[in-house]
Amino acid sequence: MATKRELDEATQTETTGHVWDGIKELDTPMPRWWLWAFYATIVWGVVFVILYPAWPLVNGATPGLLGYSSRAQVASEVARARDANAALDQRILDTDLAAVEQDPELLQFAVAGGGAVFRNNCGQCHGAGGQGAIGGFPNLLDDDWLWGGTVEAIHQTVQHGIRYDADPDTRFSQMPAFGDILTPEEIDGLTQYVLSLSGTEHDAGMAAAAQQTFLDNCASCHGEDGAGMQDQGAPSLVDGIWLYGGDPATIRETITTARYGIMPSFSLGNRLRPEDIRKVAVYVHNLGGGQ
Amino acid sequence: MLDGVKIAAFGLGALMFAIATNWGHDQAYRVHALLLTALCAAGFVWSIRTAGARQPVNVESSYMDGPIRYGVVATAFWAIVGFLMGTLIAFQLAYPDLNLGLPWTSFGRLRPLHTSAVIFAFGGNGLIATSFYVVQRTCATRLWGGNAAWFVFWGYNLFIVLAATGYVLGSTQSLEYAEPEWYADLWLTIVWVVYLAIYLGTLVKRKEPHIYVANWFYLSFIITVALLHVVNNLAVPVSIWSSASVALWPGVQGAMIQWWYGHNAVAFFLTVPFLAMMYYFVPKQANRPVYSYRLSIIHFWSLIFLYIWAGPHHLHYTALPDWAQILGMVMSIILWMPSWGGAINGLMTLQGAWDKLRTDPILRMMVVALAFYTMATFEGPMMSIRAVNSLSHYTDWTIGHVHSGVLGFNGLLTSAALYYLVPRLWKRERLYSLSLVSWHFWLATIGIVLYASSMWIAGITQGLMWREVDSLGFLVNSFADTVAAMHPMYVIRALGGVLYLTGGLIMAWNLWKTVMSEPLRAETVPAE
Repeated sequence: MATKRELDEATQTETTGHVWDGIKELDTPMPRWWLWAFYATIVWGVVFVILYPAWPLVNGATPGLLGYSSRAQVASEVARARDANAALDQRILDTDLAAVEQDPELLQFAVAGGGAVFRNNCGQCHGAGGQGAIGGFPNLLDDDWLWGGTVEAIHQTVQHGIRYDADPDTRFSQMPAFGDILTPEEIDGLTQYVLSLSGTEHDAGMAAAAQQTFLDNCASCHGEDGAGMQDQGAPSLVDGIWLYGGDPATIRETITTARYGIMPSFSLGNRLRPEDIRKVAVYVHNLGGGQ
Repeated sequence: MLDGVKIAAFGLGALMFAIATNWGHDQAYRVHALLLTALCAAGFVWSIRTAGARQPVNVESSYMDGPIRYGVVATAFWAIVGFLMGTLIAFQLAYPDLNLGLPWTSFGRLRPLHTSAVIFAFGGNGLIATSFYVVQRTCATRLWGGNAAWFVFWGYNLFIVLAATGYVLGSTQSLEYAEPEWYADLWLTIVWVVYLAIYLGTLVKRKEPHIYVANWFYLSFIITVALLHVVNNLAVPVSIWSSASVALWPGVQGAMIQWWYGHNAVAFFLTVPFLAMMYYFVPKQANRPVYSYRLSIIHFWSLIFLYIWAGPHHLHYTALPDWAQILGMVMSIILWMPSWGGAINGLMTLQGAWDKLRTDPILRMMVVALAFYTMATFEGPMMSIRAVNSLSHYTDWTIGHVHSGVLGFNGLLTSAALYYLVPRLWKRERLYSLSLVSWHFWLATIGIVLYASSMWIAGITQGLMWREVDSLGFLVNSFADTVAAMHPMYVIRALGGVLYLTGGLIMAWNLWKTVMSEPLRAETVPAE
């Protein structure tokens, strides 16, 4: 084979003497920088696997000289973050919520911390800015509250949720599906009556005819004037603010099949710590519509 | 005799699949069974009509290029499908209304269609075609196994069609890059074993004393992909009449197996065989000897030894034990130089021929492909460092990293190989237009730059926004805020995709016009 070796004109390097389909190979040595860089990464690798857990054994693995563990690392980071705010968290727990809002330092802390809790736990439904969404996700920026807009009422709602079966203290009410109770004609009339309550465009004749149906079936929760009742979680029908939509078709659907919006309990299973629930209640109360 | 077996097999197949169509539990299964019934029925008719036809004589004297020509057409076809799907889903991310509210056109189903179309359909057909071309030329012998190469071509593309239609109909085993269900997996296994047999058989009957480096790379690709495919897809079908199956590997072990597979799909599907492609087509196009034989040996063995360990870096800071994460990271970093060995050998092969870059757009495409390979194989080890990964993981940086590799290295190198192959396979004097190659080159390169840079910015923005805290240590952003911040980047990425797709269309047009041009001469090239 050595006989077939030849000198490459352009590089003045010998070829290996092999030829495949016209392709030859130069016998260039490996680039020194490449080889040394390769060795360096190997040496680094050897040192690293001695310092850190790396090789599996029969039970467990080599622990590494530094005793590193990601579980210990994350536990220490979480503890450090908690310790940094421990004193303020304790004061939040010890102070009446209304009083928290009077203390500038506590208020700032509660709004900053409650905001972070809100954006990571509540924003998925209520919107990152608390603006809500049509489809059963209430806007928290306005002063229209289903279950009450005082800081204590908001705290209760966050703690135990709404219609959240697993929490015995959850807020509960249930609208009947009137499709099983009323005739379609009665529901059509009721739809026009509900539209009339908020001054929306409607059929005045049908609305007037349906007033008695409303008083018989709806007023016990929504009130004779349709203004709603917060201790029942019954929405106001007069303010033009709609959870599921205010067009005739959606209102008709709401009356026919009813709605059953659920909010989870955040105290159950310590989903949020008590101090975080208090902070987020203060945050929501301060979004703009708090009462 | 053989004709009789063929007729019986197709007839029986048609009957079996018709029964399966009737008894299938789910839509994807029934559609697939119906498709296979139709294919078997067509095969039945075809085998009857061709029964008794004389086989061509003395085929051993020439290379078997038929399946390669079909493979080249399939590669170009699937390239367009894959690029189109990628561009579409990129726009879907920027403008969600483009999901059209239909299950079949939703991002969740089209995304695996995109990844499989580009990796397995475009990349896979390109690899099978070029490997058949290269192994014959560098072994100076015809493919072993007669018509088995045709079986591999049609069988592999049937797998692609089963996979793609399955995704759209909602059939998936939810393993990234291994989405096809059990029967498609079984079929691919059969096809792949035949592919391996052809490759080994051809190597055994080679007329050259040594095995060329490109063939080491192709062979390690075929063997390792077989291993990865079988192990990761071990599953128990719910019923033989259902497309659903239950994976054998539970919990974190399943995750580890999946990412052992997933990263080695990158390694042994998207890197190793494309280096094989590089080792043949770059020296041929540059008409220069390979830079260093010794480097090729060392970087080949170190590359394939190290790559197989790297999977756990996809599972940093998860339930995977620390030791596995750290070992995966260490091996990923040591992998840096072996990866660069291929880039050095490719680029330095141009020693003494650098001037050709001014005049040869195909060679330019190859060199830029290697440049993207060099960048991606530096970025990869860097991102495998746990501290870097804690920022980059789950962000679009990963997407940008993958695409600078696949669009830049795999896409451009395969395109360059197609430009090399088409005039030779169809015996045309030259490509239809070199200036169209230049157009393709620039559109693709600008497209990749838009894609990669927008995704780097998007990824780092996401990573920083997710971890941003205020002076009291509270998180500042909600997830929705980070999604909103991505919008302009997603639009830029989609525009990069449009450029890349346009380049692909120009390539397809150029290749088509080349095939349609006057043939050079009608003689066959004898195997030497």
